Amino acid sequence: MSETVIEAKNLDLTFQTNDGPIHALKGVDLNINKGDFVSFIGPSGCGKTTFLRVIAALEHPTGGEITVNGMSPDEARRNRAYGYVFQAAGLYPWRTIGGNIKLPLEIMGYSKADQAAKVEKVLELVDLAGFEKKFPWQLSGGMQQRASIARALAFDADLLLMDEPFGALDEIVRDHLNEQLLKLWARTEKTIGFVTHSIPEAVYLSTKIVVMSPRPGRITDVIESTLPKERPLDIRDTPEFLDIAHRVREGLRAGHAYD
Amino acid sequence: MPMTSSGRFASVLPILTVVAAIVAIWYSAAIGMNGKWARDQAARAEITLSTSELIADTWSQERPVLPVPHQVLGELWKTTGEMVLKGRAFSKRSLIFHGWITLSATLLGFVFGTGAGILLAVGIVHNKAMDMSVMPWAIASQTIPILAIAPMIIVVLNSIGIQGLVPKAIISAYLSFFPVVVGMVKGLRSPDAMQLDLLKTYSASGSETFWKLRLPSSMPYLFTALKIGMAASLVGAIVGELPTGAIRGLGARMLTGSYYGQTIQIWSALLAAAILAASLVGIISMIERRMLKRMGAKT
Repeated sequence: MSETVIEAKNLDLTFQTNDGPIHALKGVDLNINKGDFVSFIGPSGCGKTTFLRVIAALEHPTGGEITVNGMSPDEARRNRAYGYVFQAAGLYPWRTIGGNIKLPLEIMGYSKADQAAKVEKVLELVDLAGFEKKFPWQLSGGMQQRASIARALAFDADLLLMDEPFGALDEIVRDHLNEQLLKLWARTEKTIGFVTHSIPEAVYLSTKIVVMSPRPGRITDVIESTLPKERPLDIRDTPEFLDIAHRVREGLRAGHAYD
Repeated sequence: MPMTSSGRFASVLPILTVVAAIVAIWYSAAIGMNGKWARDQAARAEITLSTSELIADTWSQERPVLPVPHQVLGELWKTTGEMVLKGRAFSKRSLIFHGWITLSATLLGFVFGTGAGILLAVGIVHNKAMDMSVMPWAIASQTIPILAIAPMIIVVLNSIGIQGLVPKAIISAYLSFFPVVVGMVKGLRSPDAMQLDLLKTYSASGSETFWKLRLPSSMPYLFTALKIGMAASLVGAIVGELPTGAIRGLGARMLTGSYYGQTIQIWSALLAAAILAASLVGIISMIERRMLKRMGAKT
């Protein structure tokens, strides 16, 4: 039995707005085990990003319980439990790629020598070796997003939270990055939480797919993937892949995602 | 068709055209404005002026309503370059001397104003109470005509024994802090929610957020504000010289010029002030380019 990293029980989060309360999350139960690649899929407003932000302690639940590594999300964050990748790369334009990756390391008080070693290591992991001294604008969108993944990996958190990281990229770049992400996941054995609204992306990447639906934000289905760990891009044409994709679509339909 | 003019020439030509047009308008306006005096003088002496004599006269009067460019430039040369050649660059008749008086007040005021502006902006961004309370006062301060408040500043400071450079610098700071406050508040608030969230995921402190994100993000806004603030500082320093009957500084030159109808002297002081302002703003632009280049701006 593998160890549980994230455990959510009957989690509620209600935003109070001028138009009345919005139930971003209602009664969410979920366990994520160490080494899982979990995708959250669903239409806008289903709470997938909110759930990721609750794990990261960027939002706080209004009901229920959640633990990250057996601690509250706030404690877990102070213990550097996770690296977070946002929808946009958000690299500081005035820092080089190396400087951007050093940003969390500086804040966390690593020594200069450690910083340099870690920068080199993670740049190699995301296939950007040699780009350390370049400024962000000198890199393509896909490369910038890879640099931002490197930044999230730099301080060796076991958990990687990714909020639609490839949403703004074109499909060809996206395919390539998906492939690379799987390789990186296999090499680093991280636990990954991945928000997306692309069904093929969710099926291709995940060991566990969490299907969510809006109003109120809730989980309608949790699918354990039967695909092997080794996944070439053309696995997406196999019947097994299409079966899982079909089940995801059914889950979305059951949650009235298409209404 | 092949290009006959080089890129550099092509960009200089429109500028020269505009300058030539301004000079032409200036000279012809001088004929109209100074013509009445010339004709009055001629009538008194019971002679008639031919057109060419009239024009020559309007361009060479000693106290014209509107001095022409070569008179202003001549005066400017007489009070700067010529004084330097005579080794009297800092005599009281030299514009370099008066320019330096004004420049020193401008620079001191600029430092005061910029410092105060940045500190206020940091306070406004980090403190809710300051956000609510300081901005309305800063805006109110700029609605008071500087000419009304300048004499009071000088009188009040004089009563507590502060004279000379500092009161002028304070008037100059009074004008220059405002663009810096507005620009820096905007700049320090320019990081978006995502960039702030990113630092939150590292559990970064407020001061780390300030030094690593807010301050670098505000640099382009700061330099824009500094350029406006520098020009405002110069205006403040000149205004600070007017109500005190000062005898030194560019403002004093304008004032004494107007007492004695020395229009050429007024215009040459004006031109000197303009050249000074342009150079100061130019220096800031140069520092800005260097700085932003070091911060990875596209070149």
